Amino acid sequence: MGSSSYKKRMGPIEKQGVVQAYTMLVPTVAIVMAIVLFPLIANFWISFKDVTVSDLRIAEIKVTEKFQKKPKTKGDISKVEYRFNNFSKSSNIKNVNFKDILPKGLVIKELPNNCSISDNIINCQLGDFKPKEKKKLKFETIAENDYFISQENPKDTSPIVKGKSENRLLNLELKLKNFEEIFTSPNFWKTIRISFAYSLFSAIGSLTLGILAAQLLMTTFIGRGIIRGIFLFPYIAPIIAVTITWKILTDPFFGTINGILTQLQILNEPISFLQVRDMTINFIGFEFSFPVALSFVILFESWRYFPLAMIFILARLQSVPKELFEAAEIDGATPFQKFRSITWPLILGVLFVLFLLRFIWTFNKFDDIFLLTGGAAGTKTLTVDVYETGFNIGNLGTGAANAVLVFLILVFAAIFIIRFSPKE
Amino acid sequence: MSNSQKILISLIISSFWGLISNIVLGVFFILLIGSTIQFNYFSYIISSSIITLLIVFYDRKSLQIYISLFILTFILILIFTGLSPYGLNINENSFLQILFLLIQSFIILIGNIICLSGINKMSFNRLFLEILFIRVLKGFGFTFFLTIVLFPFYVMILMSLKTHQLLILNPLDLSIDITRGLNMFRSYIELFTDWGFGYYLLNSLIVSLSSIFIALIFAIPGAYAVARFNFPGKLLMINSILLIYLIPMITLLIPLYSFFTFINLRDSLFGLIIVYPAVTIPVAIYMLQGYFQTIPQELEEAGLVDGLSRTGVILKITLPLSLPAIASVSLFIFMVAWNEYLFAYMFLDTPAIFTLPRGLEQLDGTEVPRQHLMAGSVIATVPVIAVFLWAERYLTGGLTAGGIKG
Repeated sequence: MGSSSYKKRMGPIEKQGVVQAYTMLVPTVAIVMAIVLFPLIANFWISFKDVTVSDLRIAEIKVTEKFQKKPKTKGDISKVEYRFNNFSKSSNIKNVNFKDILPKGLVIKELPNNCSISDNIINCQLGDFKPKEKKKLKFETIAENDYFISQENPKDTSPIVKGKSENRLLNLELKLKNFEEIFTSPNFWKTIRISFAYSLFSAIGSLTLGILAAQLLMTTFIGRGIIRGIFLFPYIAPIIAVTITWKILTDPFFGTINGILTQLQILNEPISFLQVRDMTINFIGFEFSFPVALSFVILFESWRYFPLAMIFILARLQSVPKELFEAAEIDGATPFQKFRSITWPLILGVLFVLFLLRFIWTFNKFDDIFLLTGGAAGTKTLTVDVYETGFNIGNLGTGAANAVLVFLILVFAAIFIIRFSPKE
Repeated sequence: MSNSQKILISLIISSFWGLISNIVLGVFFILLIGSTIQFNYFSYIISSSIITLLIVFYDRKSLQIYISLFILTFILILIFTGLSPYGLNINENSFLQILFLLIQSFIILIGNIICLSGINKMSFNRLFLEILFIRVLKGFGFTFFLTIVLFPFYVMILMSLKTHQLLILNPLDLSIDITRGLNMFRSYIELFTDWGFGYYLLNSLIVSLSSIFIALIFAIPGAYAVARFNFPGKLLMINSILLIYLIPMITLLIPLYSFFTFINLRDSLFGLIIVYPAVTIPVAIYMLQGYFQTIPQELEEAGLVDGLSRTGVILKITLPLSLPAIASVSLFIFMVAWNEYLFAYMFLDTPAIFTLPRGLEQLDGTEVPRQHLMAGSVIATVPVIAVFLWAERYLTGGLTAGGIKG
């Protein structure tokens, strides 16, 4: 039976299979949709909105209640005052409705137009509140006999205010303001340049180290498994623990690395590797400025992710029959010839996939730079910018627009790299 | 090969081993004793050269010869450095000096022997030179990689055992003072008593284990459906699994932050327990469906014929056979959830529900002595490395299949 006819004419058992498959997939797809795909789309939406972190708190009306001239005998007149305040700086609150229970025996002298009363419950329509708008509601009451029996205070019951506060994230007001802000920022191209340099060189660095480490582990020797495990440490340790350690190691005053380098007389004076933006270096008469912090962060990335490249390359090399290498050896191939003619073509495909993934993942990476330098000293990448505009400045919309940029650049970079990839 | 060629090559290789052993062990020695040392490169190179010439021209292989060569190396270094191998008086730190010198003699001897093995049988040509070069390169490679990998962790552990005064006094002195006894672990104890690390550890454990549990509950049926059934949209599904894998976490941050604020899930462990499985499920499905396909379908059909339901087949036949895959998926999820920083940082505000990365970040922000920071880092690192090393023997596929994320 051909596979095409199998697909076209499904018998009852296959149909039952489809139903079963969908039932099994629904919960899984639903959770991934809710936590991954929905936010991705929502991020595009937010990038067109002018919202700040404070807009996330849903606007509410605060009420204060005053009861003046407490009645002492029947017929005394007292004043009740409610003050309403919309504290939100940006949100309108519409159709505000107010309810409160008055104590028995307090009769309202003159009911305001927008209010009604039934069974001692006063119900008022307060209309719309603009941002920061305050309103007052005042009336006088006359005490009757019942009041002195129960002796309730109007303040005993807390008033209920309900209004439709608009959620600024959900209204239809879409603007291009956030993107304008990003593209007109004087640091825009610099951030892009830094992000690309960081991702490109980190990917190359980790791949280079990975190839070398894989070469070391290709030979069999006692304790190979242990050394392989040790080589993976940088990759499996928590990012926060290794960044703290590297920060302490490179500290200019009490740091171990600076101490050793000055001790070995490689450095004359300590360098604050993570805080210095540029250093002028004089090399055979040419002066050029060298980005210290950025280079260090790239070295850190290469250090942290080389084990991953190593594992993949090793897996590829070990899937090849050993005879291939042995045959070459018998034919008198030197180690470099073996590497160039056997190993390199074998791992080229893996290297390409790894490069693509490493590039994309470094471009997406936020934690590493944020924890090492906080984006200071010329290391601010686009992802750090997402955090800074979104949460430090508090402009969620601009942050989301930055995130959209990260996503789009990534899509284009991936297409570009795949287009110019070696065919395999 | 002529004798002059042999001598030239021996000298180059022995100089390399003399130099590199001196630098690397010297640096570790400085950290252990905490005072300045002298690097007598020249003396080491000379001792190494003499030994090497002996190895090449007195080419006999037996344990006795190697042992006597080892002792000879040790004595030669002592003589050429004037009885102070690290520029220190032999009376101070004599135990450590001798220990380091023994290790160094061993490295010099073994390095030279391995690099020069077979030199007398080979002819002097390109193949020989390249083999020799590769051997030296490998020696350098192992030294280099072991140093860069272990150095930060070495410092992390040593520093966590020091006191604040000692670290300020001499930041290079990381020596372990065994006479302090249990006091060495004071920063660890203080982290648990004064800084709430017990809670952080517990929270991290709760989050990681729940994430594994939830992700598996969702991923197993999904992966099974993809592996066993044909249904419209299957190809789309498999492709989108791979694409979801590449979506940047940072693009999810602002929407999830807003959304979780609205529904009051922010600042709760529950929020993390939803997010971590959701971002690991695609990888988990991908790994599991690959394994499910390797299980012969006949086994399951036999179960169906014997009257088991589909759920029964999965629970009683497929899952028990897939334990290795489930273990490596669990390891992957554990590592992601235990190490995750971004969402823990953005979502958690109340110290009582901090996970370890979040708690450690908080500690880093305060003016806390560095031995506490290092002790905290050790506490966060040890469990994940221990779990990994324990599990790694059984599963190597776990890391390659799921390891790209991060």
